[in-house]
Amino acid sequence: MRLLSRKATCNTHGQDSSYFLGWEEYEKNPYDKVKNPNGIIQMGLAENQLSFDLLESWLAKNPDVSGFKRDGKSIFRELALFQDYHGLPLFKKALVDFMAEIRGNKVTFDPNHMVLTAGATSANETLMFCVAEEGDAFLLPTPYYPGFDRDLKWRTGVEIVPIQCTSSNNFRITESALEQAYQDARKRNLRVKGVLVTNPSNPLGTTLSRNEFDLLVDFIKDKETMHLISDEIYSGTVFSSPSFVSVMEILKEMTPNDAAKIWNRVHVVYSLSKDLGLPGFRVGAIYSENDAVVAAATKMSSFGLVSSQTQYLLAAMLSDNKFTKKYISENQKRLRRRQRMLVTGLQKAGIKCLKSNAGLFCWVDMRHLLCSNTFEAEMELWKKIVYQVGLNISPGSSCHCSEPGWFRVCFANMSQDTLNVAMKRVKNFVTDSTGAECGSSSACFTKSFSNWVFRLSSRDHRAPEER
Amino acid sequence: MLSRKASKDSHGQDSSYFQGWQEYEKNSYHPIQNPMGIIQMGLAENQLSFDLLESWLRRNSNTMALKKDGVSAFKDLALFQDYHGLPAFKEALVNFMTSMRGNKIKYSSDKLVLTAGATAANEILMFCLTDPGQAFILPTPYYPGFDRDLKWRTGAEIIPMHCSSSNGFRITRCALEQAYQLGQELNLKIKGVLVTNPSNPLGTTMTKTELNHLLDFAIDKNIHIVSDEIYSGTVFDSSSTTSFTSIMEVLNERNNNNYNNIRNHVHMVYSLSKDLGLPGFRVGMIYSNNEKVIAAATKMSSFALVSSQTQFLLSNLLSDAKFIKKYMVENQRRLKRRKDMLVRGLRKAGISCLRSNAGLFCWVDMRHLLSSDSFEAEKELWKRIVCEVGLNISPGSSCHCSQPGWFRICFANISEDALHLAMHRMKAFTNSIFSVRLPIIMMRKKSF
Repeated sequence: MRLLSRKATCNTHGQDSSYFLGWEEYEKNPYDKVKNPNGIIQMGLAENQLSFDLLESWLAKNPDVSGFKRDGKSIFRELALFQDYHGLPLFKKALVDFMAEIRGNKVTFDPNHMVLTAGATSANETLMFCVAEEGDAFLLPTPYYPGFDRDLKWRTGVEIVPIQCTSSNNFRITESALEQAYQDARKRNLRVKGVLVTNPSNPLGTTLSRNEFDLLVDFIKDKETMHLISDEIYSGTVFSSPSFVSVMEILKEMTPNDAAKIWNRVHVVYSLSKDLGLPGFRVGAIYSENDAVVAAATKMSSFGLVSSQTQYLLAAMLSDNKFTKKYISENQKRLRRRQRMLVTGLQKAGIKCLKSNAGLFCWVDMRHLLCSNTFEAEMELWKKIVYQVGLNISPGSSCHCSEPGWFRVCFANMSQDTLNVAMKRVKNFVTDSTGAECGSSSACFTKSFSNWVFRLSSRDHRAPEER
Repeated sequence: MLSRKASKDSHGQDSSYFQGWQEYEKNSYHPIQNPMGIIQMGLAENQLSFDLLESWLRRNSNTMALKKDGVSAFKDLALFQDYHGLPAFKEALVNFMTSMRGNKIKYSSDKLVLTAGATAANEILMFCLTDPGQAFILPTPYYPGFDRDLKWRTGAEIIPMHCSSSNGFRITRCALEQAYQLGQELNLKIKGVLVTNPSNPLGTTMTKTELNHLLDFAIDKNIHIVSDEIYSGTVFDSSSTTSFTSIMEVLNERNNNNYNNIRNHVHMVYSLSKDLGLPGFRVGMIYSNNEKVIAAATKMSSFALVSSQTQFLLSNLLSDAKFIKKYMVENQRRLKRRKDMLVRGLRKAGISCLRSNAGLFCWVDMRHLLSSDSFEAEKELWKRIVCEVGLNISPGSSCHCSQPGWFRICFANISEDALHLAMHRMKAFTNSIFSVRLPIIMMRKKSF
């Protein structure tokens, strides 16, 4: 009899992908302006490090909150004991208000329809457990966040079937791609339980268009057991037009007849990890008008509750409307500036990005640098960029992109200086390598890479949690 | 439209364990606002030693402000989501566990996985050790939450191993074999045994003999042992016969036996929810020598990480060895005092408890108050105690006890005054039963 479960011994946690392997290289040789100026610059981490000063200054002005005090009195005991999976009411109220604010107050959310979870990682998995059986499938537009392979599939037994999007129309979801995915699932004898989109998209950095929404709504409208999950974790990072449209807004705009068909099959996932840059605090949420989903997810959240200490701190912060308004706008300004820097820097190296208006990264077109239009060539190029150029970026294949040559490059997790250094390195690399590199160095890279891969796949990865 | 998991009541939350809560919520006792209300004695919380923690916090306000040596750690903590956990916190935890358990074993942080509470830890272990449909043996009575935590999303099964009052509900080799047999008959593959030590709801610690029986059994059947030691810091009576022995200690004593794989089959769960009284902070953990389990559980902890803000605060608290030592001693002293109060109070009402040395509750024998030796009679009695006497206690059936008439009564989640009042009410209740027993039985049948 096998000692451990299949789940414990299989690879469905997906952590052998290159997405995580690049990390290891970075960890061995991390860039430091002073101590290691030739090290690898981390550009594979979708973190928002641009606005901590704003948070820190708020904390400094509100010391009582971290001190477990309310109106001068200690509430430590109350918080220490608070493990109600319905969540701290004050926090849920503050969170729904914050979410409404991000959406320009075009929609409002009811705290009673919200479930708190330890991060969006937990929220997404919990939703799968609620709406799908083992062996069911969800359709996801590619490219998508590599972590979904673990979060949606691993312990739930749910399958992901890709909706293949291509550069020919800027990776927008098309009706034919949706249909194709649906047929692919049917061919594999999989029952499709719905579609999961990330809006704004990771790794594209674009927001869903109204046309895409129409397609999605049409797709699930008459299929009565199908759900639409919208992971809106990057909703607060929209820094330029077109403005963000949440799926909840789409619902609101629908005719009552149409809305009635789908309102209880649409669910939103959110988190404070990207907008506020607080991934360590583990704050995620599921929002749904479907009472049964909320009820089940609430009980399941027992397996991943948010620390009451953290709920209290953030309740106070997010209730400060003056602060949140200022924060949202200033944060977006800084993100926009940084994205411009990256786009311009890459432009100078003759590299184009997908036009984007959100996120903490750009979707970068390096097809013209490939030796051949293949994923092997993409891997070769990626290795060069990691080892030669010294930038850890994410290859499109790790995001299940159907076309080789695209890379996700993050811009909000390092200082401006570091970004400048990275851009200089890219420019030098492109200027130096005029195509003569193809084939000659790839052999030695393949050798070192395969040893490295072999080493890595046989032991635990120190990969941090991130998107 | 939804999954079976979402639609069924397999979450186990319709048991009386939770129903008593609802009654309490509708009519909660308050010394001034509602002195006739229901006193909550179904909540295994440790509310006795907050003053000690609060005073530490006042002396260490920098920790709460996320400052270390005057420098703000906010940014680093805000970004810290490494599922390997904050190294300083894990170090502090293993040192805490080592010293708390009498330095008999040195725990190491690379065998530890942090999870958002023991609830998450137990579920993760099930995901690692069982495929859907496989089973774990659990001695009864056991914590009602296990029906949800171990089975709901994992698809694992629980095979109850019935312990009885005839031997103080101790685990016997014979009972283990019987449970295993039952598993065979039901065509269920048994992957292990899960024990809670100290026991919830019994409040007793497992003896070395029991632990060795357990190990022998696991070796013989080549299965796992999960030892949930969440109450290990609540042991308040430590004579040589009644002190706490961790399964890891007994396992260690067998180190020289290398021809079985038992070292890789023993896993421990712990949490700060009971000892430190911090259930809201969601701090649990898995401890195991099995590298594969640690590797898999670490990745699974992604779904239940501990807030870095909380890891930071508690790593500082636990690192204050002087304070923690004082805290544990004083906390245990207060627990013992409260338990003695409960036991005495019940005795005055003619009710005895299972002799216990740990936990936040007593396992109370009310068999003599039953109108018949049946679970229906237990339910009747329970309803009376909740509604008439005004005490929310947990009936043994909600803990899967095989014998009717036992109840779990908590003593550490209410004030001393409330406890006195509860005892007063119990005495009045039993007096009324014993003085006019027959007519009451007839009246009871009528009203229900």
